Amino acid sequence: MKNSMNMNLNISLKDWVKSGAPFIWLNAGAVAISIIMVLGLMGFIASKGLVHFWPAAIVQAQYTLPGNEAVNIVGQITDSEMVSAEQLLAIGLKTPNGAIEAKRLLLKVGNRDVYGGDFRWVLEHHLTQQTLPQKAMAIERREWGNFYGFLGEVFEGTNKVADTKEDDVKAWQVFQSKIERALTIHDDIMDIQKGQIGSINYKIERLRLEERGLELDEQLTPKEVARLQSERDALNAQYAVHQITLSHLYEELERDHFTATEMTGQTVEIKMSEVVRAFRPNAMTAGEKISHYFSKLGEFLGSDPREANTEGGVFPAIFGTVLMVILMAIMVTPLGVVAAVYLREYAKQGFTTRVIRIAVNNLAGVPSIVYGVFGLGFFVYFLGGTIDELFFPESLPSPTFGTSGLLWASITLALLTLPVVIVATEEGLARIPRMIREGSLALGATKWETLTRVILPMASPAMMTGVILAVARAAGEVAPLMLVGVVKLAPTLPLNGNYPFLHLDQKFMHLGFHIYDVGFQSPNVEAARPLVYATALLLVIVIALLNLSAIYIRNHLREKYKSLEI
Amino acid sequence: MTETTKTRTHSIDMSAMNREQKHLNIDAEVAALTVKDLSLKYGEKEALHSIDMIIPKKRVTAFIGPSGCGKSTLLRCFNRMNDLIDDCHISGEILLDNQNIYQKDVDVADLRRRVGMVFQKPNPFPKSIYENVAYGLRIQGIKKKRQIDETVEWALRSAALWNEVKDRLHESALGMSGGQQQRLVIARTIAVKPEVLLLDEPASALDPISTLKIEELIHELKNDFTIAIVTHNMQQAARVSDYTAFMYMGDMVEFGDTDQLFTNPGKKQTEDYITGRYG
Repeated sequence: MKNSMNMNLNISLKDWVKSGAPFIWLNAGAVAISIIMVLGLMGFIASKGLVHFWPAAIVQAQYTLPGNEAVNIVGQITDSEMVSAEQLLAIGLKTPNGAIEAKRLLLKVGNRDVYGGDFRWVLEHHLTQQTLPQKAMAIERREWGNFYGFLGEVFEGTNKVADTKEDDVKAWQVFQSKIERALTIHDDIMDIQKGQIGSINYKIERLRLEERGLELDEQLTPKEVARLQSERDALNAQYAVHQITLSHLYEELERDHFTATEMTGQTVEIKMSEVVRAFRPNAMTAGEKISHYFSKLGEFLGSDPREANTEGGVFPAIFGTVLMVILMAIMVTPLGVVAAVYLREYAKQGFTTRVIRIAVNNLAGVPSIVYGVFGLGFFVYFLGGTIDELFFPESLPSPTFGTSGLLWASITLALLTLPVVIVATEEGLARIPRMIREGSLALGATKWETLTRVILPMASPAMMTGVILAVARAAGEVAPLMLVGVVKLAPTLPLNGNYPFLHLDQKFMHLGFHIYDVGFQSPNVEAARPLVYATALLLVIVIALLNLSAIYIRNHLREKYKSLEI
Repeated sequence: MTETTKTRTHSIDMSAMNREQKHLNIDAEVAALTVKDLSLKYGEKEALHSIDMIIPKKRVTAFIGPSGCGKSTLLRCFNRMNDLIDDCHISGEILLDNQNIYQKDVDVADLRRRVGMVFQKPNPFPKSIYENVAYGLRIQGIKKKRQIDETVEWALRSAALWNEVKDRLHESALGMSGGQQQRLVIARTIAVKPEVLLLDEPASALDPISTLKIEELIHELKNDFTIAIVTHNMQQAARVSDYTAFMYMGDMVEFGDTDQLFTNPGKKQTEDYITGRYG
């Protein structure tokens, strides 16, 4: 009886295996794991990065370590973790009621200028009298990080215009309007400095180069000197006008200040010009919190970084990444397509073409840093150096193209992604039925006409697949870029209003490098960590968007040239 | 319904016409193409042995024979399509207007315009119906829109396709049925006004109705073009052609008037093949 049951089981197991069901489960499982991994990765990065912009509550509490005096502590809770009893014992502390673990909190206390650091670990069971004071205020400053405390008095010039002790609501309103005013002035100053004065400086520099160029060509006649001098004088006059406006604006900017009390009870005086944003998170409604969140998110996406990249936005990095990838695609596509067309359509198939194909495929496997080294040695020093000697002798010894920059970074990445485009295009060309070629040739078309009018349009979706893969690879590369073009902070965008608008010789910022820089090179690691996650998420989104637009183009082309297999 | 009936009557008329044209004499014909001692090798393997024949002008010449006998290869020699195959060596001559098309200074693209070809499977380009037909014209550098419009209409009418597609000229050719696609390819080929039209099993991938339409079309086109057709279907050869060549293992076994060849074959091999004893 038992034996026969066993047999039955065996048979049914065998049948089950035979039916293919386990294989389907295996496949479905693999797909499920892939999806979970992707979603998990994105979810993790998003949850870590996006909370950074949320206005967290400001906690005020008494912190009493055994044997020490109680201290007043004010800050935002940013993290928490468990510590074991042994660990605590080692520094002479105990867990509550002899538990194995105790919770400790990471408080962002800010006021780096006063305490030396932004963050502080505290043991939760030693915190007493925790409150969320409605009037607790967080101030984002241009320097020294956040300030936490309570608003005191607001001054216009030397006159006190509001006092929280008299009328808190009015004082807060006055305070906000003064900040607004300072921000507007600050924006104006930035406009003049970066826009007008930047442009004047650029023109003066070009005049200097022109003069030096003429001097090198020995054509610097007194007439030319006079012309250059007059142009320079005109620019200097403009500069002087701007300088007067600026000094006036600076005076206005520095006019107002306010006082605030920080957690130890000290009162400090802060200039309005130092404030980027001030808010009272504990008093905010949900709607206000949401609008604050999006304004912070907007700042992150749309403005320049501050404080060694640990605050502010990443706009120049987004811009640099996208511009570099687009330039790369513009360079790699024609080159890859032409190479693939020659290999597949014109070259006599044989040993040589086989060797070339193997070589191309192997190029795809070369580590990217090797490309970086090659780019630095060949493009930057050799090619760039030669270009400088031939075309830009006037600016030597300071290099123009003989230093890392946007052009060399794009070309290096184009080289890196070239194999992908070649392989994809070749596959596309190979897929086009012989019948179609013969049909065209039989109508009296030459090989060239057949290629350009029929074959290449039909292979265009495959080329786009190559470009998609190239973009996906290039956008995520960091290592070679560190050698050939990216910098921690680029003062101007590589595409701006100064002639010739696109500055291929300029260095640029890149999201991938930004992550590395903020994460590893930052003086303030704790403060920077959420930004690392947010930037990583942004990089993934930027790459996804670049890819999606390429995929959209490809699908459009596919639709146009569909049903190759008749 | 009426359409089908009309077609039927038409096809009966056709066979009647065929019968009137009996007893054609190959020696009395004007040659469009003259083949002289043509041999072809794929590497070491000889695929055609010393073929001598003419393709008579404004007639339909059918090539029949078992698979691999070299009939398609011979057809592809007429417009040098075999040039595309590596390792293919040709000796002998094919004369078009008394000029050997294998001479070195011949412009192959021009030759292919003069000797058009339609393939076994319909191979329209992934373009609109209009652009497919206009393709050959544009290749020739014709830019006048009116001229192209007129030629496209003429070619589509000649290929008996105009009424079916005149309202969707700018839709993709890939949306058409197989039979329509093949007629479009024929229209595309005749649009460049070739002297000779080579048809390589043009109906083998089509259904019977489409096949009938193609056969009718061949009959119509005979008035303007010299046609050479390769077919597996002996009934088709008998229906559409004036002359038939039977090939076997790379040799031209018999070539002559179609009725003669089918009713009274001169060689035992031909008789065996057409009576279905092998092949």
